[in-house]
Amino acid sequence: MIMARRHVVLFLCALLPLLILVMAVSLNVGATGIHLTALWQSGAEQTDSFADRVVLTQIRGPRVVMAGLTGAALAVAGAIMQGLFRNPLADPGLIGVSSGAALATACMIVLGGAWLNLGAGGLQAEIMSTAWAVPVAGMLGSFVAACLLYMFATRGGATSVSMILLAGVAFSAFSGALTGILIFRANDTALRDLTFWTMGSFAGATWSRIGLLCPFLLVATWVTVRLALPLNALLLGESDARLMGYPVERIKRLAMFSVACAVGPTVSFVGAIGFVGVVVPHLVRLITGPDHRLVLPGSALLGAILLIAADTLARIIAMPADVPVGIVTAVLGTPLFVWLLTRTHDRERLA
Amino acid sequence: MKLCLQNVGWRVRDKDIVQGASLDFEPGQMTAIVGPNGAGKSTLLRLASGLLRATSGDVWLGDASITTLSSAQLAAGRAMLMQDSPLRAQFTLRELVAMGGQISAPFMSTSVRLELAGLLLERVGLAAFAERDVMGLSGGERQRVHLARVLMQLEAAVHGTDRAPGFLLLDEPISAQDLSRQHLVLNLARAHASGGGGVVLVIHDLNWAAACADHIVVMHEGTIYAQGPPEQVLTNALANRVFGLEEGRVRIHAATGKPYVLPHDMICP
Ligand SMILES: Nc1ncnc2c1ncn2[C@@H]1O[C@H](COP(=O)(O)OP(=O)(O)OP(=O)(O)O)[C@@H](O)[C@H]1O
Ligand SMILES: [Mg+2]
Repeated sequence: MIMARRHVVLFLCALLPLLILVMAVSLNVGATGIHLTALWQSGAEQTDSFADRVVLTQIRGPRVVMAGLTGAALAVAGAIMQGLFRNPLADPGLIGVSSGAALATACMIVLGGAWLNLGAGGLQAEIMSTAWAVPVAGMLGSFVAACLLYMFATRGGATSVSMILLAGVAFSAFSGALTGILIFRANDTALRDLTFWTMGSFAGATWSRIGLLCPFLLVATWVTVRLALPLNALLLGESDARLMGYPVERIKRLAMFSVACAVGPTVSFVGAIGFVGVVVPHLVRLITGPDHRLVLPGSALLGAILLIAADTLARIIAMPADVPVGIVTAVLGTPLFVWLLTRTHDRERLA
Repeated sequence: MKLCLQNVGWRVRDKDIVQGASLDFEPGQMTAIVGPNGAGKSTLLRLASGLLRATSGDVWLGDASITTLSSAQLAAGRAMLMQDSPLRAQFTLRELVAMGGQISAPFMSTSVRLELAGLLLERVGLAAFAERDVMGLSGGERQRVHLARVLMQLEAAVHGTDRAPGFLLLDEPISAQDLSRQHLVLNLARAHASGGGGVVLVIHDLNWAAACADHIVVMHEGTIYAQGPPEQVLTNALANRVFGLEEGRVRIHAATGKPYVLPHDMICP
């Protein structure tokens, strides 16, 4: 069932041109009816084609890049979690990053308004304007949540993976309840903002936000590259991995760190986008087999491709309205998810 | 390089699972650990491998305490086959065996690694399955794949040098094997010892233990009950006290001079 290694590498290479194609298509379509050709039509500063170029470079451009980075980050984080938990249905949110970000975001949107107005003026207003305050709060929330879960699951220097799992579920439920209380208290604008956040959208993507995101993603990438072989060994079980010489506790720490680094900031900027993290690594694994040296880069590419495609769909499906991309991924992802579940179930019954 | 346990103990929830265990394992020698279920044999092996940290005493590999060795040094110095390891990932047998040498021999090229893995699969009698994936292997096959992986860990570390391989710790390596594969596995262990590596194996079959080991360690209720060459250790008195056998069950084989136990007439009619 699994392809020969050479074919797999070819397959991964084939994803690269596909990514470029999807990016081009995504840049090319949108509510304003401007096409890529505007980029190389010469135009003086005040003409139409200059405005067209601004749409491409300042609105659609960052949006496509943000979608690609988010897709890659979520899918790779999902692959790491699935390797760490040795469970093909694990998702990046398991270590609390998503629910932590959601809770902090809700706090900021609902309670933050008044506080922000107080501090208005000068530099502080610049940094703390709602556009930045919400994602920064989300980031803090996700890191705090991941650290709490890590500390909770670590006893005497050993982190229990099943403890993380259980505590993660409990934490999600609890922060869900707190978010509920906030929603109950929220006024109409806040309610609307919050609802849109939970559906995820790339509409707010700007180059400066991408600039802030990049350092986190670079650190996560740097760590993740080092995780491929250890994650392979962990598939044999923690004891065997340790006997083979892998520093298992450090690997768990690094894995959680890299997931928090990749998912926390992305989720804070674009909101909750489901299913990419679960479905993409699983799809990649169907083709590459379990080797993380192939699964991780494959997930990054396929995640980027799928999320750019989903965002393109979200933009054109109800033009000129902009459907939240989380809805698109959920509508397309749910059937896939169920199919994967039944597949896994069938295989386990056969095995 | 010797593997030494110095007064090693392991205590959990106010219960001593292993206590006061002092043992020297020599390179080139094969030591069999025997004892009833729950005697602490697997725990002792886990302590010796460093998988468990002793709550008292110390384990030494050569002249370094294993707690001070880096995980790569430890990986080259000893490898352990666990009593049971699940196999769920869809690696091919060859990939899985090759993974054994990843840390103990970090600079080995991939092609040499895969070739050596193929060689080891041949030795455990699974060459025909090398490119198959590990899901769906039988219990005995699974145990032998793990054995090949464990051998890989030690042999890759000394590949191309004339150093002796490290310690091979085997927890019930023949528990899932048929008679001819029991022979095969024990011969592999003996070959490892002849190559200068030490072998420590936990085994329930007293006849195999007496036939193959240079040295027998008897564990009982968490302590080392007796140790020495098979003919001195496996006596009727010990079999009676440790395993509850009636007097006279242990006999001496006329041709080899080794003790053996004949249980045939012990079954209720
Ligand atoms: N983590 C633990 N917590 C509590 N008790 C334990 C733990 N690990 C082992 N034990 C107990 O210690 C005893 C020794 O266990 P061990 O696995 O070493 O036995 P063994 O000699 O290998 O037995 P077997 O022949 O059945 O494999 C058993 O009674 C077991 O229940
Ligand atoms: Mg045991």
